[in-house]
Amino acid sequence: MKNVYLDNNATTRVAPEVIEAMQPFFSELWGNPSSMHYFGGQVGRYVKRAREQVARLLNADPSEIVFTSCGTESDNTAIRGGADAMGGRVRLVTTRVEHPAVLGPCRYLGEHGHEVVELGVDSSGQIDLADVRKAVDGGHTLVSVMWANNETGVVFPIREIAEIVKEAGGVMHTDAVQAVGKIPIDVTETPIDMLSLSGHKLHAPKGIGAMYVRKGTKLSTFMIGGHQEHGRRGGTENVPYIVGLGVACELAARHVEEERTRVSALRDKLEAGILANCPDTRVNGDRENRLPNTTNISFSYIEGESILYHLSDVGVAASSGSACTSGSLEPSHVIRAMGVPHTAAHGSTRFSLSRYTTEEEVDFVIEQMPPIVERLRKLSPFV
Amino acid sequence: MWEYTDKVLDHFKNPRNVGTIENPDGTGMVGSMACGDALKLMFKLDDEGRIADARFQTFGCASAIASSSALTEMIKGMTLEEAENVTNKEIAEFLGGLPEQKMHCSVMGREALEAAIANYRTGESGRKMLEGKVVCNCFGITEEEITRVVRENDLKTVEEVTNYCKAGGACGACVPDIEALIETTQAQMAKTRSEQAAPARRLTIVERLHLIEETIDREIRPLLKKDGGDLELIDIVGNRVVISFRGMCAQCQVAQFTMKDVVEAKLREFVSDDIVVEEDKS
Repeated sequence: MKNVYLDNNATTRVAPEVIEAMQPFFSELWGNPSSMHYFGGQVGRYVKRAREQVARLLNADPSEIVFTSCGTESDNTAIRGGADAMGGRVRLVTTRVEHPAVLGPCRYLGEHGHEVVELGVDSSGQIDLADVRKAVDGGHTLVSVMWANNETGVVFPIREIAEIVKEAGGVMHTDAVQAVGKIPIDVTETPIDMLSLSGHKLHAPKGIGAMYVRKGTKLSTFMIGGHQEHGRRGGTENVPYIVGLGVACELAARHVEEERTRVSALRDKLEAGILANCPDTRVNGDRENRLPNTTNISFSYIEGESILYHLSDVGVAASSGSACTSGSLEPSHVIRAMGVPHTAAHGSTRFSLSRYTTEEEVDFVIEQMPPIVERLRKLSPFV
Repeated sequence: MWEYTDKVLDHFKNPRNVGTIENPDGTGMVGSMACGDALKLMFKLDDEGRIADARFQTFGCASAIASSSALTEMIKGMTLEEAENVTNKEIAEFLGGLPEQKMHCSVMGREALEAAIANYRTGESGRKMLEGKVVCNCFGITEEEITRVVRENDLKTVEEVTNYCKAGGACGACVPDIEALIETTQAQMAKTRSEQAAPARRLTIVERLHLIEETIDREIRPLLKKDGGDLELIDIVGNRVVISFRGMCAQCQVAQFTMKDVVEAKLREFVSDDIVVEEDKS
């Protein structure tokens, strides 16, 4: 059976170069980088190089990179550690379309004495900068706004938001898990204080993440223990995965231009092909400011899980914001926050490409989609 | 992915009886686009008052489509009185089970059937109407509906109630009300059970035999006779009850397997909870 993997915002294929680079750290190079002997010390050099590779992708200084276990840990560290270091009652400003890794810790802090402001988005999933200005005004604020949305691919104006936050004296974190590797990120041009990234979204394995922490940012340690990561994250370094993430970041830097050109052209072809061949469909989210690899399409009158199962049957992997796929009873919080009408919300389907996606695969999905939609609409009492 | 049975996937991919009927005798519609699933059911009766044809249209996930398809297959050939007694549990069992979180799909089938029968009898709109006090405002679920799923499926937690009828699955404001309903319904059920249950003292062998026979007559035989089957009590050895299926049931391997479980469940409910049912195939 075919394996057309268009769910790269969920997780990505581990790059063969990454797997190869990791191998020695499971066999001969198994030392502890903290050790005071040649055997550990030689491993430490690889961790250092990985740190430099991650830093280069963001145009940061290597000392500003902290390795974590995943994107969720990075987000938790930034939000809970950031609020703790600020002291007193903090106003946490975030958006209603964040990933649960951000909404969860914010709401947790909200239940423990802090104030939480969740900014809404318009029907294109975009944020109003005036809302940001109002929310950070005169506050002791920690702002966490995602760089790009996982479900729609909508990219927020992070530079403008960060400028507003810094001007008001707040601390700025961004969950860039979906953005890193897909669009260029330069922390010297964007005055954020902290950024989260995740390995498995950019062709490194699951179980490794990192954060960027700008020099001088006050941050309480989340994982308390040893002196590792300059005391910012205790625990013996996950050397093979750190090395893997480093290589993945280097590859991402090399391919980011291809994302903008080839991947985005394939995405556009897929989107146009589906819209042209399936009536009553719509694209959810701002199509101008969007990740090059993502399209979120709503098929009216039919339900997402049914679409996914039929796609899966022909070897196409995608994702949906429908209630049934999440195990909850309501469509995704992102789709709801955008006010997508009910007729379309339950049939929202996300296709997310990667640099491994081929034109042949895109053509295959364009060909497979119309009969699936037609079949399900024949079943629907609303058509 | 959900752990769907092969039968669910079969009915999802190859749904039976899709479409509408011209001049149907009854039409029922439940759910809405806002709820995320909806089912329109139509049936036509033959001269003897049995369901000659049943058709459906469903908006929803794989298990909603499969439940609808299963329902139409189940009710064909039934009288309305028989169809009325179809429970959501039976729809789920027909499909070899549904994931817990998807049980509401089987409840939707049962509700659509009731709405269609009501439409036939009263001529009123086949749209399911809200009757009684609405508990869950998000999904429009009434006290009566919640009580019913609790009773028919022996539900004990709010989470289970949400899985079966969606109530409490959105804003959560009604969770305390659902908890209270579960408590009162379970208390009523326990009372009914203890009234029906055997007296506290140890039964004599003859009393026990009578109780088992009574339970089979009242709870089990009518189910089997519906399908032209029957069963005989062969022996009772301690907590082991040996039975034998007759008629239609004897040829049907799949039905026998589930019927043995049904017999055991009923005997455990009404006689003693340590009963083990064995089938005599000689």
